[in-house]
Amino acid sequence: MVYFLIFVSAIFVNNIVLSQFLGICPFLGVSKKIDTALGMGAAVTFVLTLATVVTYLLQKLLILWHVEFLQTILFILVIAALVQMIEIVLKKISPSLYQALGVFLPLITTNCCLLGVAILVANGTNKLPLGADHNLLTGTLFALATAIGFALALVLFAGLREQLAMNKIPKAMQGTPIALLTAGLLAMAFMGFSGVV
Amino acid sequence: MNNALKTLTNGLLKENPTFGLVLGMCPTLATTTSAENGMFMGLATMFVLICSNVAISLLKNLIPDKVRIPAFIVVIATFVTMVQLIMQAYLPDIYAVLGLFIPLIVVNCIVLGRAEAFAAKNNVGLSALDGIGMGLGFTCSLTLIGAVRELLGTGCVFGAHLYSDQYAALIFVLAPGAFICLAYLMAAIQKLMAK
Repeated sequence: MVYFLIFVSAIFVNNIVLSQFLGICPFLGVSKKIDTALGMGAAVTFVLTLATVVTYLLQKLLILWHVEFLQTILFILVIAALVQMIEIVLKKISPSLYQALGVFLPLITTNCCLLGVAILVANGTNKLPLGADHNLLTGTLFALATAIGFALALVLFAGLREQLAMNKIPKAMQGTPIALLTAGLLAMAFMGFSGVV
Repeated sequence: MNNALKTLTNGLLKENPTFGLVLGMCPTLATTTSAENGMFMGLATMFVLICSNVAISLLKNLIPDKVRIPAFIVVIATFVTMVQLIMQAYLPDIYAVLGLFIPLIVVNCIVLGRAEAFAAKNNVGLSALDGIGMGLGFTCSLTLIGAVRELLGTGCVFGAHLYSDQYAALIFVLAPGAFICLAYLMAAIQKLMAK
């Protein structure tokens, strides 16, 4: 039950984009079409889960050697290297998956939800439902659920923007302002979930 | 001299990171719950921006072209760690509020963007000025958004009560308010700029 609640909490109640404000850049950048939004969502889900596991284990080493202040530098380098490695491995093992996710992979390095979730989980400050401990399993599930939440928000938003593109919008509101306003309404809808978990 | 002045004001007005280039949206939305928080977030980013611009323009001839992005990230991450430790020591209250968004300055597109687009091509003096200009532009934008949200959401600006919070709409301090407030501010600025 607790594991199920982790998913509900991270996907709906504390949605990473709409209530935690992480990963806004890809949220605004690659949300013009549902197809690309799905691709980006899948790529983030894959990399985020993997990166969180790796950085969680590295944090144990940092604590062991008493060099916790190196966290930011180490994590960003590990994430950048990991993304590169995933790209190379995918190219070899599954060219079809690489075709689908390839263009999004390099963009992920600077996606702040990656480093953000890695730091949250490694420091044990991620929001978990009552009764859940901070350990590798809940951390990994949290990362997976967060990434699914990101993908869900991205796809919903892309659907809305596809509709918006067909409408007449006042000149001053065109582009980013109307996108932000739509995101605000979406965030308001997600606020309805607050208090569920 | 004219060139220097242009570099300095470029970030403030024409290429304002928030309203012109639309970069660094995560901290812009997340940390502007009050004018004070927005200002400190802007100042922290400005410090990193100036230091990394100076360091990178000094090192630009030493860094091989192929590994320049990882090298830039390491330089930036070093300064971010410094800011993190300094804020933890001297401004623990602000650090507790901004929390996660201080280490996340590393992945702020403005910092890496200016390193790549400006500091790697220009001399130290101009790079420092660019850092100051961009940093000030970002700080002003964040303070403005923070002030508007604080005013609408709680009736205060910088903690000073302007009207009773009975009439304030708390939603502007919460997540949706950040998006909506920034949307209208950006639309207003686009309108003013178009004239």
